Amino acid sequence: MKPGMLSLLSGLAVAVGQLTLAQDVRMTLPKVVEAGSPFAIQSSGRGKSTLYVVGPAQVFRRDVQLGKMTIIPAGSLTNAGHYLAVLTSSSSTTNGTFDVVPSNQPAELNFLAKPSRLPVDLHGGITGAVYVFDAYHNLIGTPTPVSFELSSPGGDVQKHIVITHDGVAWTGMDSTAFAGTDRFMARSGDVSITRVVSQVPGDPCGLKMSARQSGQQLQLSTEPVRDCRGNAVPDGTIVTFTESYHGDLSTVDVPIKRGIAEVQMPLQSGAAISVASGVVLGNQIGGGK
Amino acid sequence: MMLKSILILSIVFNTSSDCGAAQALVHVEPAHLQGPRSLQEQTGTAAIRDYMQSWQSFRAALEQNRAELLSPDFVGAAKEKLTDTIQTQTALGIRTRYVDREHDLQIVFYSPEGLSIEILDRVQYDMQVFDQNKVIATQRMSARYLVVLTPAEIRWRVRVFQASPN
Repeated sequence: MKPGMLSLLSGLAVAVGQLTLAQDVRMTLPKVVEAGSPFAIQSSGRGKSTLYVVGPAQVFRRDVQLGKMTIIPAGSLTNAGHYLAVLTSSSSTTNGTFDVVPSNQPAELNFLAKPSRLPVDLHGGITGAVYVFDAYHNLIGTPTPVSFELSSPGGDVQKHIVITHDGVAWTGMDSTAFAGTDRFMARSGDVSITRVVSQVPGDPCGLKMSARQSGQQLQLSTEPVRDCRGNAVPDGTIVTFTESYHGDLSTVDVPIKRGIAEVQMPLQSGAAISVASGVVLGNQIGGGK
Repeated sequence: MMLKSILILSIVFNTSSDCGAAQALVHVEPAHLQGPRSLQEQTGTAAIRDYMQSWQSFRAALEQNRAELLSPDFVGAAKEKLTDTIQTQTALGIRTRYVDREHDLQIVFYSPEGLSIEILDRVQYDMQVFDQNKVIATQRMSARYLVVLTPAEIRWRVRVFQASPN
């Protein structure tokens, strides 16, 4: 056979081979893969090919042998998302899509708890929201139970179990009756995270003062200032004493010190003296000689 | 009220779209919120506007393999994952073109302390993959994106950007 004819036949053979390749190349993909898990892609045909797996969250390329099963090892594709797989050879291309979904095992919680400080005895005053992620920081979209627990130093515990919806769960808690540092914990699976919530006394309750004459002065002193639950209102809280005398008002602001507020005011016959703290009004006494 | 929101979004989106790129249809469903915090219309509109803006930087960043384009709109894990993808694409000589065609958006969560908003986006987009500037695949894609946004100084930024099965 002449060399030219041989070359032509050889070219035809290649062309037929490519055509066969073009007709035969198929790819079988899993519909869904769990993040980080191994999986297999089956292809048909013969020869070498290149596999692309492409998505916004991850991309890779590797050489594969057509007709053989391509194993994608564990830990290769870890980011949840919708992926396009492309298998190309010199003459043909085939595409397919599949999803990588998060593992159902929580490994990380994003816990937004508010506020970090609030008055005691406030209904629904504390809120927490939790986003649940797997080990690859994929948001777990399937319903997952989250336990919220608020515990006070006194031993009071509030517990709510909430199922996530689209990866998130939230709850509201009441602040307890006693001032102090509470622990607000969220748990899902084996993972937990704790926030500290400081509960401070509420507004003064039953604010009461007494007066004692001291020369030409009147010594005014409150009883220990407490909120309605009996928690001591913190030192530094301002107590306002107001003296009203013939239409004139004189006001003195005094910080609470060691639990009480004290002040000296001029002793004036017929004066009325009242005490208040913030919006809370205490008792009133006359200041006559 | 919702119609007004859609209109505003259309205007914002049209004015900032890439020249020559077909504009995506954006449909906003009424918010279906879990949680105690009510969502003001302005807040919802701003979150969706910023999310739609993020698609533009996402598209540009993955097509040009320029991770810095993500910075104004993405933060946290979303930014890290997209940045990793861009670095891998660069190393492999790959580029991807995402052209979003249609978004069906719904705000599904506004956290009680106001520090996060979750949006569900049923999105249709065209995806083109280039290897050494040669198109190797073009595919119409349909996905359900879970998106979590958190507030930054003057805008909402995407913190979670994750497709899940439809």
